[in-house]
Amino acid sequence: MDKDISVTLKVWRQRGPKEKGQFETYKIEKINQSVSFLEMLDILNEQLVNEGKEPIVFDHDCREGICGMCSLYVNGHPHGPATGATTCQLYMRRFHDGETITIEPWRSAGFPVIRDLMVDRYAYDKIMQAGGFVSVNTGGVPDANAIPISKKDADLAMDAAACIGCGACAAACKNGSAMLFVSAKVSQLALLPQGKVEAARRAKAMVAKMDELGFGNCTNTRACEMECPKNISVSNIARLNREFISAKLKD
Amino acid sequence: MTQIDSKIPQGPLAEKWTNYKNHQKLVNPANKRRLDVIVVGTGLAGASAAASLAEMGFNVLNFCIQDSPRRAHSIAAQGGINAAKNYQNDGDSVYRLFYDTIKGGDYRAREANVYRLAEVSNNIIDQCVAQGVPFAREYGGLLDNRSFGGAQVSRTFYARGQTGQQLLLGAYSALSRQIGKGKVKMYTRHEMLDVVKVDGRARGIIARNLITGQIERYAAHAVVVATGGYVNTFFLSTNAMASNGSAAWQCYKKGAYFANPCMVQIHPTCVPVKGDFQSKLTLMSESLRNDGRIWVPKKLEDAKALQAGTKKGKDIPEADRDYYLERRYPAFGNLVPRDVASRAAKERCDAGFGVNSTGLAVFLDFSDAINRLGKEVVKQKYGNLFDMYEEITNDDPYETPMMIYPALHYSMGGLWVDYELMTSIPGLFAIGEANFSDHGANRLGASALMQGLADGYFVLPYTIQNYLSDQIQVPRFSTDLPEFVEAEKAIKARIEKLMNIKGKETVDSIHRKLGHIMWEHVGMARDAEGLKEGIQMLKDLKKEFWSNVKIPGAAGDLNTELEKALRVADFIEIGTLMAHDALDRAESCGGHFRTEHQTEEGEALRHDDKFMYVSCWEYQGDDKDPVMLKEDLNYQFVVPQTRNYKK
Repeated sequence: MDKDISVTLKVWRQRGPKEKGQFETYKIEKINQSVSFLEMLDILNEQLVNEGKEPIVFDHDCREGICGMCSLYVNGHPHGPATGATTCQLYMRRFHDGETITIEPWRSAGFPVIRDLMVDRYAYDKIMQAGGFVSVNTGGVPDANAIPISKKDADLAMDAAACIGCGACAAACKNGSAMLFVSAKVSQLALLPQGKVEAARRAKAMVAKMDELGFGNCTNTRACEMECPKNISVSNIARLNREFISAKLKD
Repeated sequence: MTQIDSKIPQGPLAEKWTNYKNHQKLVNPANKRRLDVIVVGTGLAGASAAASLAEMGFNVLNFCIQDSPRRAHSIAAQGGINAAKNYQNDGDSVYRLFYDTIKGGDYRAREANVYRLAEVSNNIIDQCVAQGVPFAREYGGLLDNRSFGGAQVSRTFYARGQTGQQLLLGAYSALSRQIGKGKVKMYTRHEMLDVVKVDGRARGIIARNLITGQIERYAAHAVVVATGGYVNTFFLSTNAMASNGSAAWQCYKKGAYFANPCMVQIHPTCVPVKGDFQSKLTLMSESLRNDGRIWVPKKLEDAKALQAGTKKGKDIPEADRDYYLERRYPAFGNLVPRDVASRAAKERCDAGFGVNSTGLAVFLDFSDAINRLGKEVVKQKYGNLFDMYEEITNDDPYETPMMIYPALHYSMGGLWVDYELMTSIPGLFAIGEANFSDHGANRLGASALMQGLADGYFVLPYTIQNYLSDQIQVPRFSTDLPEFVEAEKAIKARIEKLMNIKGKETVDSIHRKLGHIMWEHVGMARDAEGLKEGIQMLKDLKKEFWSNVKIPGAAGDLNTELEKALRVADFIEIGTLMAHDALDRAESCGGHFRTEHQTEEGEALRHDDKFMYVSCWEYQGDDKDPVMLKEDLNYQFVVPQTRNYKK
């Protein structure tokens, strides 16, 4: 059964990207464990507003683990202690009475802090714009069943396509690498005949953009895979490397 | 009285759209380069429209409130997308998809629009596959389909339980390609606060930069609103936290008609409400009804024991379970449309048969499916949904039946548009959930994704040219025109007024009050008296909001409380219009149920002789009641019947 617990929060607060930030401490008394983690922050924010203070700024939207908007480092883990779940899918039953919970923004050079726990992840969009697509216009495409695709490939493509672009992989990586994100998109499209046509061009363009934006390299620590809320596998990185090397060899 | 012209093309139903396309005006490539289009929103409709328009050569300015266009709430759609491919050889056709959609909408949608929707549905599937959307496939390599509520064929395409995500990422990838090429200029974390009219035509928007708090002006030759629905009026809904109706509402205040505002959908399969702190309701995909069986106990004492927690669902023997959907609707059983399933759940819970501590829940049971198919197959089909359910409730649905209850999900109503998807303001278009056009009084499952993408990929890119072809001589507008200056001034004054209230109540607490009023008075079952009372309460709440709301921080800065306040101010007004519309419509149809108008068996009772129209509301001013104009629905091809899901 879910009980009421009391916890102490240490929350990172920072006015702007260039300003100095610091931890603030807040007490949360008697909160039911069936409350979600973000609802707990809502309650705290309502309390702060009532006291005439500015609420803690954090990104969130769908609150069902699919939009990729929520972030947060909770107790040293992107998206907190649960595996295969985003911060919005985290419930207070993961914490115990009297616990101190540390909440920080994504910690990565690629994602500068905007305010408090909100960061700028537009770099991921820029990588997508460099090549994360199949170059087809609307209309004039063949019938959907014209090209059979093996169930195995379709399933593997779907596994990779489940990425929500939240940025946890880069935030978890000691090198600040976006390889898991990039490889998921490269894999999805390389596995399908529709995307295979320009697979080499795509791999090169996306990797080049990732490097340009200051994301680090992959050293196979697999922290990204451990922390990914959608369980995206590092085998996608292996596939990206294959695509990338064979593309480079053809140059 | 103004005549409402829906501009439906002449000719037989199946030829209207082809005829329209054959005779509409087009814009040549050199001229497209000179024309700018603003698209507000990056969901299925917005992203697909922005990408398609840019591919054709128009310059697009695209806005979204999230940090990335990939996060629009279309992403949360789970179940699937309908199309009339008939890949399963089960007798499907464009006509059948059209017919099911018109019938599912309880004969309150336009025939011509719905037929066109069914017609282009097949193109959508082709387009998405070409983009690399990983739809589910059979071992032979061809696409798989599943059945969905309100249909007797399997026409739903899906990508696990994440169809909306995959379709949106497809549209987002097409959009990303155009942003990379410089044909779309993307403005993230920008919220549209007003539409700007010049000489009666929509020529731009005023937007707030959510990071800096600055008010910015943008001009274009046409404006497309793709900002989704307004069910967050109810505070608790399945919509995302930031989903709001403000963009559409500002268009209404500038003269666009708002159509069928009372038509909102209450989805039958959501995780039940737990408490006051709750911020949103989570949907459990309707696809679960394919294999799950819905029931409550037959005996009141069993229900009481379940409510007290002394018994569990599995303690109730088979003979004492009431599979009420199968009992009442033998032909469709658990697959009846959403409005019917939601009302049936409410009926049982109101009668005291609810199965959780609040008495507001029914069981969705998979034990039969697990026995028939094995746990592994069930896991493959619904694993992610079961995991999600367990994380929220701490209950394992493989062991104990799920508990579900209806929740606000979708708005069929929205900005009125003609056949060309243009609102009553020339040059202002509305697509996707933001318009009212295709779902009538009730939307069938897997039809929202279809409509959003139909509008964005295959309808608007054609019809907008019929408008823009007259605009090729019009040079780009300066945002220094007095109309822009005035609009910006008005917005700034409104924000200043809000900031200066410095009251005692938080935005959320007022929003929560609004939700209670809406659920009690404008909810799943409505009556004239309750609606009148609701309208009065909403009037009082509006006063309370404008005299007592408390917003910390500054206007010209990142300010999440101010963002919410601007939306809630509009939600209160939207709720009031919904109540007016619900009061006017003295019949029951689709998602709109008036308790005074039901059959002896408790089914919805339509009055086609009086209400065969789209109610189009026209704004008259802040303290005046809106005026309603009627667009008569003249059914020429289908004979409206009483919906019957029993046989």
